[in-house]
Amino acid sequence: MTSSDLDTPLRTSGASRSLGPAGRVASEERARVSRPRRRIRPRTIILSAVGIVVALIWIFPVYWMLNSSLLPNVVLQDATPTFLPIGGSIANFVAVIQGGTFLPALGMSVVIAAITVVFCLLFAFLAALAISRFRFRGRRGFVLAILFIQMLPAEGLFIAQYKLMASAGLLNSVIGISVLYIAAVVPFTIWMLRGFVAGIPAELEEAAMVDGLSRTQAFFRITFPLLAPGLVASGVYAFLQAWNEFTIALVVLPDNSAQTLPLWLRGFIQASATHATDWGQVMAASTLVALPVIIFFLFVQGRMTSGLVSGAVKG
Amino acid sequence: MTATVTRSERISNVASPEPGQGRSLSPSKGRKRTNRAPYLLILPAVAILLIAMGYPLIWQIITSTQQFGLAQQFGQPAPFIGFQNYITLATDPYMWTVIGRSLLFCAACAGVTMVIGILLALLLNAVPKAIRIALQISLLLAWAMPVVAAMTVWNWLFNYRMGAINYLLSAIGLPFQDHNWLEDPLSFYAVALIIVVWMSVPFVAFSIYAGLTQVNGEVLEAAQMDGASPSQRFVHIIAPIIRPVLSIVLLLQVIWDLRVFTQIKLLQDAGSVASETNLLGTYIYQLGTGSSNFGLASAVSIFVLVITIVLSAFYVRSMLKEDES
Repeated sequence: MTSSDLDTPLRTSGASRSLGPAGRVASEERARVSRPRRRIRPRTIILSAVGIVVALIWIFPVYWMLNSSLLPNVVLQDATPTFLPIGGSIANFVAVIQGGTFLPALGMSVVIAAITVVFCLLFAFLAALAISRFRFRGRRGFVLAILFIQMLPAEGLFIAQYKLMASAGLLNSVIGISVLYIAAVVPFTIWMLRGFVAGIPAELEEAAMVDGLSRTQAFFRITFPLLAPGLVASGVYAFLQAWNEFTIALVVLPDNSAQTLPLWLRGFIQASATHATDWGQVMAASTLVALPVIIFFLFVQGRMTSGLVSGAVKG
Repeated sequence: MTATVTRSERISNVASPEPGQGRSLSPSKGRKRTNRAPYLLILPAVAILLIAMGYPLIWQIITSTQQFGLAQQFGQPAPFIGFQNYITLATDPYMWTVIGRSLLFCAACAGVTMVIGILLALLLNAVPKAIRIALQISLLLAWAMPVVAAMTVWNWLFNYRMGAINYLLSAIGLPFQDHNWLEDPLSFYAVALIIVVWMSVPFVAFSIYAGLTQVNGEVLEAAQMDGASPSQRFVHIIAPIIRPVLSIVLLLQVIWDLRVFTQIKLLQDAGSVASETNLLGTYIYQLGTGSSNFGLASAVSIFVLVITIVLSAFYVRSMLKEDES
């Protein structure tokens, strides 16, 4: 497959024209146009077929979640799966929402995510300003520290964080877990915002200061509006992290009455080991948890893909 | 302090107006304010990192040298035992089993993810636009799935009685009717590998695809005219250009797959013996919250942190280069 991929028609631009006399170029051009038609077609068809199959395989679990969420449990209990949600309904969604445990978990998740986003953006923004607009002693050490900290696994610290929260009396509390989330997300957010701040020339601010604005005024009138896209992208990133996080929540929210959505979903998996599970409801629940994430993710996707080489964090 | 402060200058100081000009502040006052600013700006971030990570890290280092078990949970002082926890771990065959499993699982996941990711990136580069967009949407949705939601779906897919996977395998004549995937540790890890790879491939494929779009088509065409075979073109032209992306993505995969926790934990929850399927993350969890052996749990955590820092050094160095440019 590796080799065949490379035989696709190659995109050319005007630059190649300088290679030879005009006549040769013209004939080359013609050859290039006609050649792919004949030689490449079957290969393109095969590759397209492979592409479609891969696309179907990769999307299947997501599709299966939606499909099952629309089907009643009686249909799902059947040994032969139903592959299309014909005759499906939103009954599972209604049952999940009316079940009494979804809404408290949703509330918990929303509050924690909101606190994390607000404080993370504020702290990260200030720090990004410091490292992209100032040279100061300890700057390199600070940058080095945030780069290393963002790589640290939650599993390397969560027992100690559990003890910290236990001794502070903050187990099962929104404040406790929010503090841990802000700290977990802030390093990468600083790094992300640093790129945005550095992309706005300081000369703009200085020009405004020459025109009589104070530095603070110049910043808020000139730089801040230009930063808005960066703040949105970083905010969505922080939201996704807080919304999806499972490991830290598992240790510092041990009580069933203080569950975030991932912990609440986990309850279904645990129950499935011993009880008969209403998989239609579990899939409806998963869909409800995944929906906001998928919507937000499509927003920041481009930035995460282009920022990969310069460092990105898997959710 | 004063000597250090004068060094902090605004990067773009050159263009800023003369001190004192058009300002009510005296020059010296103005400079002082500027110099303190970066420290004030990083203060909130530094404070929260010290509280939520610095303190636990120090507690963990200290606790890893203590005997800290159930008795200490109830208020007894923890005696210092030096490196005893580390020695206990180093001589415990189970610890080595867990480390071995984690390394193997990590190598398998990272390897399979990279191979599929590279192939899909080449595929993305080769198919017509419509197919490429379909593939991208499909990969994007898999990437966007929250990990716990994805785990419920995969548990449902692999459900032994009603799961779609056993049905499909039985339908093509394989003996998978009512097959319990999570019972046997090896097939447990196979399921975990499929899930981890499914989640990780989109990131890898997209980054390498982004790297591939940097490859100059004319150079490839020239090589083709000169008679270079497709594999030669890959090795000599494409690979060197995407090498930086490849190495960083591989490194991130290794770091992430070494610490895989959520997938393993949630597969264990679905019904398998934890001690037979523990990796480093779940082992720490079990030592800490399960058996309240915080001394040992801290020692294993330190081990994981040290490995991560060593592995991350290369990544951080490449990031720093970007910062300095």
